[in-house]
Amino acid sequence: MSLERREFLKLSAATVAFTAFGGLGLDLTTVQAAADLSKLKGSKQTTSVCCYCSVGCGLIVSTGLEGKGRAVNVEGDPDHPINEGSLCPKGASIWQLTENDKRITKVLYRAPNSDKWQVKSYEWALDEIAKRVKKVRDAAFIAKDAKGQTVNRLEAIASVGSAAMDNEECWIYQQMLRALGLTYIEHQARI
Amino acid sequence: MTNHWIDLKNSDCIFVIGSNPAENHPISFKWIMRAKDAGGKLICVDPRFTKTAGKADFYAPIRSGSDIAFFGGFISYILANDLMFKDYVVNYTNASFIVGDAYDFKDGMFSGYNAEKKAYDKSKWAFAKDEAGIVKKDPSLQNPRCVYQLMKKHYERYTLKAVSDITGCAQDKLEQCYKLYGATGAPEKTGTMLYAMGQTQHTVGVQNIRAMSIIQLLLGNIGVAGGGINALRGEANVQGSTDQGLLFHILPGYVPTPAASMQELKTYNEKNTPVSKDPKSINWWGNRPKYLASYLKAIYPKQKPEDAYKWLPKVEDGKDYSWLTLFDEMYKGAFKGFFAWGQNPAASTANCGKVREAMTKLDWMVTVNIFDTETASFWKGPGMDPKKIKTEVFFLPCCVSIEKEGSISNSGRWMQWRYPGPAPLGGTKPDGDLIYELFEKIKGLYAKDKKAVFPDPIVNLNWDIATNHVFDPHKVAKLINGYFLSEKTIGDKTYKAGDPVPSFALLQDDGSTCSGNWIYAGSYTDKNMAARRDKTQTPMQEKIGLYPGWTWCWPVNRRIIYNRASVDPQGKPYQPTKPVIEWQDGKWVGDVPDGPWPPMADEKGKYAFIMTTEGFAQLYGPGRNDGPFPEHYEPMECPIPEHPFSKVLNNPTALKFTGNREGHASCDPRFPFICSTYRVTEHWQTGVMTRWTPWLLEAEPQMFVEMSPELAALRGIKGGDKCTVESARGSLWAIAIVTERMRPMQVMGQTVHMVGIPWHFGWVYPKDGGDSANLLTASVGDPNTGIPETKAFMVNVKKA
Repeated sequence: MSLERREFLKLSAATVAFTAFGGLGLDLTTVQAAADLSKLKGSKQTTSVCCYCSVGCGLIVSTGLEGKGRAVNVEGDPDHPINEGSLCPKGASIWQLTENDKRITKVLYRAPNSDKWQVKSYEWALDEIAKRVKKVRDAAFIAKDAKGQTVNRLEAIASVGSAAMDNEECWIYQQMLRALGLTYIEHQARI
Repeated sequence: MTNHWIDLKNSDCIFVIGSNPAENHPISFKWIMRAKDAGGKLICVDPRFTKTAGKADFYAPIRSGSDIAFFGGFISYILANDLMFKDYVVNYTNASFIVGDAYDFKDGMFSGYNAEKKAYDKSKWAFAKDEAGIVKKDPSLQNPRCVYQLMKKHYERYTLKAVSDITGCAQDKLEQCYKLYGATGAPEKTGTMLYAMGQTQHTVGVQNIRAMSIIQLLLGNIGVAGGGINALRGEANVQGSTDQGLLFHILPGYVPTPAASMQELKTYNEKNTPVSKDPKSINWWGNRPKYLASYLKAIYPKQKPEDAYKWLPKVEDGKDYSWLTLFDEMYKGAFKGFFAWGQNPAASTANCGKVREAMTKLDWMVTVNIFDTETASFWKGPGMDPKKIKTEVFFLPCCVSIEKEGSISNSGRWMQWRYPGPAPLGGTKPDGDLIYELFEKIKGLYAKDKKAVFPDPIVNLNWDIATNHVFDPHKVAKLINGYFLSEKTIGDKTYKAGDPVPSFALLQDDGSTCSGNWIYAGSYTDKNMAARRDKTQTPMQEKIGLYPGWTWCWPVNRRIIYNRASVDPQGKPYQPTKPVIEWQDGKWVGDVPDGPWPPMADEKGKYAFIMTTEGFAQLYGPGRNDGPFPEHYEPMECPIPEHPFSKVLNNPTALKFTGNREGHASCDPRFPFICSTYRVTEHWQTGVMTRWTPWLLEAEPQMFVEMSPELAALRGIKGGDKCTVESARGSLWAIAIVTERMRPMQVMGQTVHMVGIPWHFGWVYPKDGGDSANLLTASVGDPNTGIPETKAFMVNVKKA
């Protein structure tokens, strides 16, 4: 969703009001406001919600329309009724979380008894994981328990995760795990 | 949360215990300060003088692990001084219920205990019923077997002196605290209780929350604006991930997972559908068969619900599959494969040294994350020899939240839609695509292998969740909401196949509707309700900041749950200046009420607490594994050999494990100090995201241990010294912060010291940041939830 122009102007006005009390003894309002706006020039605005605690603060994400199309700024959404534009230190650092050269951007594989990671393709990794899931399930599937009751479960694979996913992702994940027969399904909420 | 973040501003008194919103939910504190600006009071009870304490009108320190004693004293004080809101208690709680003859409590134990199984027979705690099968009641509250009288007797033992002896909090402080918050028992006043892991991470965690709920009910503080029992959840979507059933014991929407003894859907429904004989009780869970049938139709649309049910995995009756047990099984070598999806259990699990060793016993692990973690790289961690570790590890990199689309649910149950900003960086993908693509592969293998074991639940799974082979969150959101599968006429309206289900009230048990999660029915109807940004409010709604048009909230956009208890039996708000709902001219106005029925006094009226079988909130809770009333037990590791309330030292039903990685040390001179874990503003959870964010790491660069000047003097430690902190399970280094935020306490006549450590660090990064606090914590858990006791355990501290 694009940010409404009305909201965008309100946001700019809020920035100006804040910098007017910048404390340098000089009136840098105009310069500061121009600098702030230039940062956002040539970017599109979308709304999101903070990924850290559960307060659910609204974000405005500005993404460059040109070049690599990366995030240029993330700040609190002034229209959001909970945070009213403010963010805590974690929320305010989401830009740096995103545009971060320490992120893992390639599939990594560690072979048995190896002391290093190898870079692999998604295609290879997903094929290999699928094969392993099937191999374990075919070998260890429990159709009936000791009492002869039908249980259709797989206790040789376990899963933890994840509150870091969206609702829709959580839902398909639980659906997949249950279709495989997993019963050891847990995540952060337990701890 | 029963309520929501903005609602904190409506409170006359905010009671913070086992949480620290100023530091850990910083933006919520804006609303606490607004309550204070309007004359409200802030109480903070915490072993440590936190930033929340710094803003509090009243601060009381108690020893970590003594909460039920503190609350027991509070309940006793409310009853002895008649501070309760009597009309509310009689009308809406089970105070008047008569308890059956088999219930008893003697010297720390409830009736029905089986020492061999370390478990109670809960049938001994049942209510007495009349011939019609309705619970017997005494609204005068005089019957000695009524809940009110039993509760009074139970908590009489929690005298100010005994509570002071065990909590370490001075008697006058206790009394002032009880008095200040007890004032919210006045009908027109409301108070809220805010808790987090400081209350839950104990072997009595559930009973801590029960104790708070009892206090809130006695004071008439549930269902009202500025009230409630509010869990400040720690992750952006941990509410949602719980709602979506990513736990062993529940399917989406809090529908219990089927067990082996329930072979047929019919048997399941008989065992899991509560029945009330009282016509005034709505007993909402009586609808459970509709929700399970609609879930089954969501995952297996072509099967009849009774056939799809047979494909669902069945847990073994009575067997625990929860977190600590899972890792204990892994340690014993029970698993070949393991998914650690968006999680870092090698740092987040209590007694994580055991978890790291357990991972060496796997054949393979798949882990999904943004950055490297202690879990992904466990094979090259401290003390590990990669050459000897067979485990294969697949690391799939996922994108960050602002790069993808979908919804998350905050602590106030608001389902909020997120739009994608930049595209996923480099070779990363949304989790949804990873799950989608992985299962496509698995399904493909099963489809082409004629000898594959039991392929039916896999090849028939509803996997219509993508558009052009890309995961489509809108499609899934619509499925979670649910839709009609065949034409259905309900009342005077006919729904066509494919029409979205407008609310869960229309879900069916005959297979004509699907809904991935009934509590989210209504969230994606003719439009995506979670994406709404309408701030329009009626003047009544505006008084309390309800914002019903902003995003969407489960259930049915009800912003304050149990709100039928905010009005008297005639439907008039108890707090006219901050009404939640009101019965006006034959209809409810304000928030979405807990059901459309007229007020309770009306001929067609219903009881207020529609989710309980009998319709009343439970002061007496016969469903928990460790007793119907909260009772004080010491943490599994504690500094004292006895306490004043009974001869039973620890929770007799706590979740425990045996084996060589399970050291325990109570009253052990080697580990004389209580330790608790906690969080700082600049980091989050195990630090996987925040340690790699330089702005945050600069602010909090390494592991520390907070201690009082008295303890520092005792150990010859100065602020900034590198120290060793060790428990019966492990040891780590931490930099000393010597501070008067921590105070020694007098407990049972002896001086007890506490230290505190954050749990955000890990050996992977940064290089000199230290390792996880969970190397020290114990794998013992609450008997109801299995949550580990990481808020009270015993350690030693010395200069490194």
